[in-house]
Amino acid sequence: MQTPPHKDLSRPLDELHPNERLKHESRYLRGTLVQGLADPVTGSISADDTQLTKFFGFYQQDDREVREERRLAHLEPLYQFMVRVRLPGGVCTTAQWLALDAQARATANGTLRLTTRQTFQFHGVLKPNLRKHVQGIVAAGLDTIAACGDVNRNVICTANPLMSPAHAEATETAHRLSAHLMPRTGAYREILLEQPPAELPANEETLYGATYLPRKFKIAIAIPPQNDVDVYAHDLGFIAIVENERIVGYNVLVGGGMGMTHKIATTFPRLGTLVGFCRAEDVTAVAEHTMCIQRDHGDRGDRARARFKYTIEDLGTEWFCSELATRLGKPLEAPRPFHFESSGDRYGWQQGSDGRWHYTLFIENGRVSDTKERTLMSGLREIAAAHDGIFALTTNQNVTIAGVPEAQRPVIDALLHKHRIANEVGSTGLRRNSMACVAFPTCGLAMAESERYLPTLIDRIDVILREAGLEKDAISIRSSGCPNGCSRPYLAEIALVGKAPGKYNLYLGASANGDRLNSLYRENIGEEQILEALRPLFTSFATQRQPAESFGDFVIRSGAVKAMLAGRDFQR
Amino acid sequence: MPALAVSSPLQSVPDGRSHEVAPWASAPFDPALAEEARRLIGRLDAGQRLWLSGYLAGSLGAAVAKAAPAAPAQPLVTILYGSHSGNGEQLAKRIGETLSSRGLSFVCLDMLDCRKNHLQEAQHLLVVVSTHGEGEPPDSAKPLYELLHSRKAPRLERVRYSVLALGDSSYAFYCETGRRFDAQLEQLGAQRLHDRVECDVDFQEAAGRWMDTVVESIAREHASSASIESLSPSAALAPASATIATAYTRKNPFQAEVLVNQRLTTRNSTKDVRHIELSIEGSGIHYEPGDALGVVPRNADEDVGAVLERLPFDAEAAVEVGSQPLALREALSQHFDIGLLTRPLLERYGAATQDAELVRLTSAGQEEDLQRYLRGRHLIDLLQDHPPTGLDVAAFAQTLRPLAPRLYSIASSLRATPGEVHLTVSHVAYQSHGRERHGVVSRSLALLTDEGATAPVYLQRNPAFHLPADPNAPILMIGPGTGVAPFRAFLAEREAQGLHGRTWLFFGDRSFWSDFLYQAEWLEWRKSGVLERIDVAFSRDAAQKVYVQQRIRERGREVYDWLENGAHVYVCGDAQAMAPDVERALLELIQEHRAVSAEQAEEYLMQLQRDRRYRKDVY
Ligand code: SRM
Ligand SMILES: Cc1cc2nc3c(=O)[nH]c(=O)nc-3n(C[C@H](O)[C@H](O)[C@H](O)COP(=O)(O)OP(=O)(O)OC[C@H]3O[C@@H](n4cnc5c(N)ncnc54)[C@H](O)[C@@H]3O)c2cc1C
Ligand SMILES: Cc1cc2nc3c(=O)[nH]c(=O)nc-3n(C[C@H](O)[C@H](O)[C@H](O)COP(=O)(O)O)c2cc1C
Ligand code: SF4
Repeated sequence: MQTPPHKDLSRPLDELHPNERLKHESRYLRGTLVQGLADPVTGSISADDTQLTKFFGFYQQDDREVREERRLAHLEPLYQFMVRVRLPGGVCTTAQWLALDAQARATANGTLRLTTRQTFQFHGVLKPNLRKHVQGIVAAGLDTIAACGDVNRNVICTANPLMSPAHAEATETAHRLSAHLMPRTGAYREILLEQPPAELPANEETLYGATYLPRKFKIAIAIPPQNDVDVYAHDLGFIAIVENERIVGYNVLVGGGMGMTHKIATTFPRLGTLVGFCRAEDVTAVAEHTMCIQRDHGDRGDRARARFKYTIEDLGTEWFCSELATRLGKPLEAPRPFHFESSGDRYGWQQGSDGRWHYTLFIENGRVSDTKERTLMSGLREIAAAHDGIFALTTNQNVTIAGVPEAQRPVIDALLHKHRIANEVGSTGLRRNSMACVAFPTCGLAMAESERYLPTLIDRIDVILREAGLEKDAISIRSSGCPNGCSRPYLAEIALVGKAPGKYNLYLGASANGDRLNSLYRENIGEEQILEALRPLFTSFATQRQPAESFGDFVIRSGAVKAMLAGRDFQR
Repeated sequence: MPALAVSSPLQSVPDGRSHEVAPWASAPFDPALAEEARRLIGRLDAGQRLWLSGYLAGSLGAAVAKAAPAAPAQPLVTILYGSHSGNGEQLAKRIGETLSSRGLSFVCLDMLDCRKNHLQEAQHLLVVVSTHGEGEPPDSAKPLYELLHSRKAPRLERVRYSVLALGDSSYAFYCETGRRFDAQLEQLGAQRLHDRVECDVDFQEAAGRWMDTVVESIAREHASSASIESLSPSAALAPASATIATAYTRKNPFQAEVLVNQRLTTRNSTKDVRHIELSIEGSGIHYEPGDALGVVPRNADEDVGAVLERLPFDAEAAVEVGSQPLALREALSQHFDIGLLTRPLLERYGAATQDAELVRLTSAGQEEDLQRYLRGRHLIDLLQDHPPTGLDVAAFAQTLRPLAPRLYSIASSLRATPGEVHLTVSHVAYQSHGRERHGVVSRSLALLTDEGATAPVYLQRNPAFHLPADPNAPILMIGPGTGVAPFRAFLAEREAQGLHGRTWLFFGDRSFWSDFLYQAEWLEWRKSGVLERIDVAFSRDAAQKVYVQQRIRERGREVYDWLENGAHVYVCGDAQAMAPDVERALLELIQEHRAVSAEQAEEYLMQLQRDRRYRKDVY
């Protein structure tokens, strides 16, 4: 394969993607946002500004449900904003939960959405409410900076700092990395918080520079044997090595990522490559230098190939290791042994090392809202009010009610039952290991339904699972409305990735612990064909599986799909 | 102008705005006629003036000047792309580059910006379009796709075309949109220049081959015909549109077929405002922006039935209408207003029936009680409260008032949308005295949805509300609610004429989210510069109600500067509250920024009115 000429930071602006000039000329992301917010004739902001506001954690979208109807009515689309919170390690206090819950009902669409990067999203925030909304979040002691955009994103970490001292340390590290790699521009404060300008150097972004990163950059920290964060799926992954309850350091993975474009073979999901081990005290430096290597060498010409995974793929890990060693002043050490069991969450009550209890609640696709059947939003509100502690969001779109003293457990249990939201005994292992990205009606990139569809599809899959006697098996299933892969579908034993309304590619054969990608099994099929494809596989799995064999491993052993060993082969 | 990249390497395209140098003061006819002629000529573009001068010269017996400068030529090639993810757009741009390099003129248009006339005037049409969804056109191609498949589709006999279809063969409906465009263009009479080429995801090569072939054949053809391609001046103006008068009247209306009946307010709006497009093809009706369309009313059968039920007369009994006998049912449907009551009607009815209460109400000094009774009551209520005892059918009929036609400001420009009239109609519906009431004509228009349904219409000319004679004079338009209709016509006209005068619109309604009539169009026009400024006021979005007059006050300084710079002020819409409030706001800002007394401000506004620079069309 011929490597494309690299368009990195050394090239002049006009050879690069237009977004590079846009960032460069935006005066550290100010753009024309002030004018855009003040324009009463449209619910939108300018196209250029929509690129810039991502760095502040909000995205312009429109309600795709009424797009056609409004077009016919000579109205612009129903513009609205998605707002994402920066929440390193996924931890908020119950008081903060209450504040966000109230904000969702005051200035958003009345629901909260827990994401695959363990934070909150609000949907349906209208332009006139945008500042008020962001200011409400800031008043709760949180912010939305860098939740989106070409910067380091929300740093994720194995959930629940109260589980053990190592969990606390990892979460602390997530906070530290997030703070260290945060953009410094005064624009957020001036424009959104409407506070007087902070004192800043003329070059407001000492770390990023005026053009920031070529693309988003994601960091994850996993504490084995849990791989809930899918540590291989991120630009930079840290695997905590724990000795005597303390983290002595981290194995380092580089160049992971999910997103691709259908049928364009030069784009693909890729698992991070293990390149060594760093000591705990060096983790911030390793993160900063790795991100800056991508800043300096990432492809700024083609945004479809601007992620770190392609830099690693094109320039190699050897090059990376020596570049890092130069910047760090020393090479990484040899990786330490570790073992992952599963990428799922441990549901229900778990006892932490200090004796307190933690209840991980399954939240279907992360959507916190009230329905006729179950009052999830009200229930969590009541629990938050009753529990003076923390809620730990998980990267599987769930929440852990953390730090509950023994005596307090019945209170929480009673509330879970009152609102009919306790993890249903009757729901299958498949459903509890399911995730769907948002997709319609808000995501502008969605090609097919995801969040609104997966639950009903699982209703039907459950039937054939039960027929095969597999209702207890924790088989993972994930759906994404497009190949960007926001639910990390390429790491699911069963994955559906949208192609067009009602049509999906079906992928099978990822490992249960997140260390192997899946492979394409059927292309562009609808619901009936999905069920037809799965039924015989379930039947033979039930009868022919080996002890402790996972479904993902079985479909490979039985020859249904070939094991996917390298991302670059994913679309070949 | 829409995003229109015109490149014409062969000849420069005039901007259509030549300047008037005619010494009108010394024209050999009376000043009024001179003024009329000057204004008429002011509305013509360069090509039309050229034609007219040729025509006049010819009609005087002189020879038509042989060496007339060339009128603006249509570009040789029209590239039309419908693209969602940019592949098609990128190819369209490449075609443009190829054409340029061969010295061939072209225009490259996003389908979203393509109007009927772009198609009709196209010579060679190269269509690049992808397929999305499940075999659907990309969003940006939908309006054109719908136009071509609608009753309004133009005939395209003079167009030669070829389609490049983009798609992905893993979808069930491979290149469906390209196929449909191809078939429909053929259906509309266009001639295929080259067979359709379908491209899969790796489209570059196939697209490149298609491009080379079509460009080559256009170039070859062009080289051989270039010598005869000089322009005939008469092509610039169709003779039929020169006649202005039309034979249709309220007595003899034209049955205009409905083309579009589209609700403009959203489902959750408190109002039902419709955008209605009617066909006037073949009617000879030639309107100007600012004119209104008259609609001949007919009372709803159920309302007539309800009235007849309360009457002691045979529905077929003859009554005299304009000295013609007519069955009562028909007379109530077509000729009598059976809706709101008025004082004169009550007087006549009271006198005829000798009803004591009515006699009292209509006598002097009872104004308050009378108004209270009249409010929201229709004929049916009167018949119920005071049956027509002792009256025969003729005497009863004589108490009624005639049913008047309704007028609607025309919201379109003939230049932009030939053969069509667009209206913006608010469906009047309310409850009073326990009954559901509907506006006679606005309801019938709202119900005009069936294919082939027609409305009886005629042109109501309204010269007082026409655009300024000087095409470059600034215009300040104030039109909340349906009052905005004529301003849509103004801007469409100015866009079609390529005029560049300054424009400023004040619009208001209840809610930004649900009642922003034609929002998408104002935004387009603002983007293209046809609309320089727009200020809006929505009364029900915030705790504090705001109306247009408040926006005018807030912008007082600038409004005054516009007035001082020759702006024409147009006010359209509600006559009861809005127009007087707006006038008050104007007076205040004149007083403030001119630093004059209230009387002087009034005199200033008066003078504007005399100069025909302050014009109102309110109802
Ligand atoms: C909410 C969330 C999905 C969810 O159901 O939880 C999400 C939602 C969106 N993602 Fe994502 N992504 C989310 C996690 C991910 C992940 C998973 C992860 O990070 O662990 C991935 C795959 C990992 C990766 O980055 O490779 C992911 C890969 C993408 C991509 C593809 C990036 C690529 O390099 O190919 C896009 C599109 C883009 O960036 O151009 C995208 C873009 C989007 C946008 C913002 C759509 C857009 O650009 O217009 C979606 C907003 C939809 C909506 O209406 O809310 N999102 N997105 C997740 C929010 C995470 C967070 O809190 O920050
Ligand atoms: C020059 C001109 C231009 C116009 N342009 C437009 C236009 O662009 N768009 C448009 O929609 N209209 C326009 N109108 C108004 C239009 O002509 C009609 O008057 C209107 O559509 C109502 O006609 P109708 O037959 O539907 O209702 P009618 O049967 O005439 O009933 C309407 C009457 O009902 C009464 N009424 C309405 N609401 C209530 C209520 N809540 N309670 C009690 N009584 C009520 C009012 O007195 C009103 O006059 C224009 C009028 C003029 C003169
Ligand atoms: C959501 C989606 C649906 C699509 N559906 C179809 C289809 O039904 N038929 C087809 O031939 N191509 C389909 N395509 C493929 C596109 O037509 C193809 O990618 C094309 O190159 C896009 O061109 P554009 O970028 O100009 O829009 C689809 C693409 C997307 C993203
Ligand atoms: S995977 Fe695609 S459809 Fe789903 S949220 Fe992400 S970008 Fe949207």
